[in-house]
Amino acid sequence: MNFELTDERQMLQDSLRRFLAEHYSNDKIGVLNDSALGFSQDTWAGLANLGVVGALFTEADGGYGGAGFDSSVIFEELGRVGAVDPLLDTALLGGGVLAALGGQQQRSLIESIIEGSVQLGLAHAEPRSRYDLAHVETTARREGSSFVLDGQKSVVVNASAADHLIVSARSSGELSSSAGISLFLLPADTKGLTLRDYPLSGGGRAAEVLLENVRVEGDALLGDEGDGFATLELVHAKATVAICAEALGLMETIRTLTADYLRMRKQFGKPIGKFQVLQHRMADVLIDIEQARSAVINLAGHVDGERDEREKHVSATKNLIGIVAKRVAEESIQMHGGIGMTQEYELAHLARRLIMVDHRLGDATFHLERFIDLAVA
Amino acid sequence: MDLNYTTEQAEFRDSVRAFMKAKLPSTLSSKVSASKTLSKADHEQWHAILNEQGWLAGNWPKAHGGTGWDAVQRHVFEEEMTRAHAPRIVPFGLAMLGPVLQEFGSSEQQAYYLPKILNGEHWWCQGYSEPGAGSDLASLKTRAERAGDHYIVNGQKTWTTLGQHANMIFCLVRTAKEGKPQEGISFLLIDMNTEGVKVRPIVLIDGEPEVNEVFFDDVKVPVENLVGEENMGWTYAKYLLTHERTNIAGVGFATEGLESLKRIARTELCKGKPLIQNPYFAAQIARIEIDLMAMTTTNLRVVSKAAAGKAPGAESSMLKIKGSEIRQEINALTRSAVGVYAMPFVSEELERGSNALPVGPEYANSVTGTYLNNRKLSIYGGSNEIQRTIISKSLLDL
Repeated sequence: MNFELTDERQMLQDSLRRFLAEHYSNDKIGVLNDSALGFSQDTWAGLANLGVVGALFTEADGGYGGAGFDSSVIFEELGRVGAVDPLLDTALLGGGVLAALGGQQQRSLIESIIEGSVQLGLAHAEPRSRYDLAHVETTARREGSSFVLDGQKSVVVNASAADHLIVSARSSGELSSSAGISLFLLPADTKGLTLRDYPLSGGGRAAEVLLENVRVEGDALLGDEGDGFATLELVHAKATVAICAEALGLMETIRTLTADYLRMRKQFGKPIGKFQVLQHRMADVLIDIEQARSAVINLAGHVDGERDEREKHVSATKNLIGIVAKRVAEESIQMHGGIGMTQEYELAHLARRLIMVDHRLGDATFHLERFIDLAVA
Repeated sequence: MDLNYTTEQAEFRDSVRAFMKAKLPSTLSSKVSASKTLSKADHEQWHAILNEQGWLAGNWPKAHGGTGWDAVQRHVFEEEMTRAHAPRIVPFGLAMLGPVLQEFGSSEQQAYYLPKILNGEHWWCQGYSEPGAGSDLASLKTRAERAGDHYIVNGQKTWTTLGQHANMIFCLVRTAKEGKPQEGISFLLIDMNTEGVKVRPIVLIDGEPEVNEVFFDDVKVPVENLVGEENMGWTYAKYLLTHERTNIAGVGFATEGLESLKRIARTELCKGKPLIQNPYFAAQIARIEIDLMAMTTTNLRVVSKAAAGKAPGAESSMLKIKGSEIRQEINALTRSAVGVYAMPFVSEELERGSNALPVGPEYANSVTGTYLNNRKLSIYGGSNEIQRTIISKSLLDL
């Protein structure tokens, strides 16, 4: 049993922490959240230079990491500063699909991703799919050697910045059948694609993606026709490690901010941190965050293992993070009082981003039900 | 024990309901039901409609142009307003300052200010909290120094709700430094157009500029703008707080919020079926509904006592805590109900006149903003921590 980071990951954590401290500030986040792109190209280039993007890919895929613990180390650091860079979308979701299913030509994009010159988005969720990965209404109809795609995709994060979109579409099977889902790699300028781009409450940008009579050649298909589900589940598992570790980092900073505030803010002649009612609630926040850390470790340690055990941990961890994140965000705002309600103060962005974690990759209720199916019932 | 309204109370409810149906403009109710931000003109329009009917000042006696309603009637009225998606009555002049002037103001002040509250000439805001005086309000530092027939006011107020619309502000100011902090506070009325008053908006976590900082730099205020006696302001402020706490439970808001949540959960799909049929989600709605059913009666118990002339004391603290927690939980569940569409930050400006692809169902657009904004419910008007302290002192004698 050893819960220490390896030397390599310790170095990665140290250098990433230093880099992010230089590239992120509350003012900077305000500017990025108002910007058309939603993140900084310079910061992205810096992350790529530092090897952070590459650390999310295995050596076999041209990277130098790719394990669950590489991801958890990186995303915890990103979370600590409330970073808005689309690493989860480009590297883990988009890049993950390419690594798993891409043909030689398609896989050549991974090198550009690692260099920092290509962005991806995974257009999978739909208006009626909620968090069910198997629910795909978008259709892929074969016409000779090509496919015609029609449908709508919801809240596709990083879609506008993406050079390519990976689109899921049903080529056979019932609406919510895991069989019959095909994945396609589409250049962003493909005819028939319409994007409605908007900012997100937790930072970054997303788009509604409309596919109208989108005609692609057979070489756009990723892997075998109708066989995309297992890969979708795998990349979502890896992305869940990332978003949960990010939530952990967000919570660590939020906890520090809140404890500092309790020490500094005086009412009734003493720091409000001297009031027992707040001390006990802060102690609960600490316990919650430690539980969250253990849940992230559980998932990171199982994400590269066999499917059933992996998915059990996906749902366990995402459920716990969803519940804890809400409590920590709400308690930290409450203990700050009025200042915790203001946009200007550092907490606002961090708390919003933390709250939004429950709206990606399945919320606490979804994963509770799923955990029951996978592990309890 | 009878849980039903009396015949008179039921008739009163029906007349209010008919009035809402006839007089509430759909332009306003549609904005309210979609949780859109109301403009100053929207508020003024609704106040004018109520004033014409004589129903604007629900908690004022008839002698001052109010309704003379008892607590049950006020409760019925508020409930019907919420039910009809009417804009809430802006409380600062009507619910807060009015009763203070009626109790402690001079007859000149009553004759001058009260009609202007009713006809909308004065839009009041509240100058209580300061950067260093929140829960510990009595530690406030904004000072008013007497200079002939004026006070000179210097200092800063904060969290001034809708101060951007106001032309008048009632303030707690320090007029003496001796004795207990509560003993040197006065209640002063200040025209915001006076030289030296500056208003700076504060954008909140939901991106909306709802509150403000108000700065006073050598502001000259006529002595006749003092309410009651100098250094007695704390007493008046406490009196005001008891009035701020009518409808503190927000039962109407919670009931409406729950209905809206259920409507959304019936529309949203989960594995091809309405979300409301998912037992895990339904269980969470049920839990809140059960709490709300009990709180509705807790509220009515306090209201009935108040109608019988017993002023609510620490009971209003209980209503504030339970009411805010229930509303916040409803907001959180509503956010959950809309799934991924809680993430887009779609401002009203962006949507207005836009014919681009819609970003999810329209009801989803405001849910995250409302959730974030209503975190204030457990912070303002005396935080829930302060309310619990009041309960443990006054009801439990601990």
